Amino acid sequence: MQGHGRERHGRAGQASDPPTEPVLISARGVGKRYGDTRVLESIDFEVDARGFMLVTGPNGSGKTTLLRLCAGLATPTAGELDLRTPRESIGYAGHEPLVYRELTAIENLDLYGRLYRVPERRERIGMLLERFGLWHARNQRAGSFSRGMQQRLSLCRALLHEPELLVLDEPYSGLDDAGAELLDRELAALRPHATFVVATHDPDRVLPLATTRLGFA
Amino acid sequence: MRRYAADVAVLARKDLTLELRARDTLPAMLLFVVSTLVVFHFALPKHSSDLAAKGLLWVAIVFTALVGLTRAFVAEREQRLIDGLLLAPCDRSAIWLGKCAAVLAFLGVAELVALPAYAAFFSGIGWSTIVAVVLADIGIVAVGTLLAAVAAVSRTRELLLPVLFLPLAIPVIVGGVGASVAESPGRYLGFLCLYDVVFAIISWASFEYVVTE
Repeated sequence: MQGHGRERHGRAGQASDPPTEPVLISARGVGKRYGDTRVLESIDFEVDARGFMLVTGPNGSGKTTLLRLCAGLATPTAGELDLRTPRESIGYAGHEPLVYRELTAIENLDLYGRLYRVPERRERIGMLLERFGLWHARNQRAGSFSRGMQQRLSLCRALLHEPELLVLDEPYSGLDDAGAELLDRELAALRPHATFVVATHDPDRVLPLATTRLGFA
Repeated sequence: MRRYAADVAVLARKDLTLELRARDTLPAMLLFVVSTLVVFHFALPKHSSDLAAKGLLWVAIVFTALVGLTRAFVAEREQRLIDGLLLAPCDRSAIWLGKCAAVLAFLGVAELVALPAYAAFFSGIGWSTIVAVVLADIGIVAVGTLLAAVAAVSRTRELLLPVLFLPLAIPVIVGGVGASVAESPGRYLGFLCLYDVVFAIISWASFEYVVTE
């Protein structure tokens, strides 16, 4: 099942990157098992600082597990994964929006802003909510949001602390056309300043930004 | 240290806010403890000993705590919000301590109702019982919150938490009942203090390993 027939594409587009960028994520022979279930096996890759690794593959191929490893949410059961960035510099948006349904959009971001010690927290939250078109719904509970609005809020949460490494699992999921175009613009704007690991079923959307591609068969 | 305390306060406040909005844990605990005491009031034969009544009080307290603990990680489990907390740069034991503070507050409120109800149904409560309840709450919450986190990642969580928690709550009941009925409760209160310290340290130190995948 997962972990077989993996296609690796090396570091595509590396020539266009400055050669002095250090490696931010280095994986050697990484594997992950949950009990008897092997999810990942012998994965090797490197992501340079300010690089963009695109992860593609069918459902159940291990993309989400790989991204969880890259975000520090899980540890490999085999091999070595060297994550050379502190936890406070990682932004993660996964399948779940990771926001409390009973809290409003502002309260959710304020909670994470406090935990991340975001400077000028209120201004930053207001700016993000405005940019992602959620300012009008700032005092509504996240549980009342549509799937697309929750995804936007999830992206606000992931970007709140201006992370050095952004790990995005299906970031376009649930977004309408306007939301997807907004995310395109955000990714393009952040591209020179951050490192990305992005899994998506729509690789063409972010392919121009990618420096590395890891394909799961 | 100030940063750690601030993180704990933020996390505990979040849980209290969630409960104020959702109101799905505290009402259940209150209803449970009052109805349990009512049942015991009618179930216990007249002229039963104070020891038996005090024992039932402690049974009610432990099971009321279990109701609260079962719901302690519901939001974090159902919406995988534990990931959001684990990603935050706070010490992961702060998540445990914040959750402990919230559960302790819920349990304290439940007991503010339960103890007068007990006094009305059975007999008066002495200072040693009140001190024992406070000490027992700390131990119950420390152990229970860790075990609730363990159970939260399991498919059989509703079964797993009581199975793990109740054996570890036996010393609390022994100490609590002992402190409530003994003429010199100091030994039992000391035992509860020791239980609190040992299990709080173990739970605080091991929480990170429990929630890490």
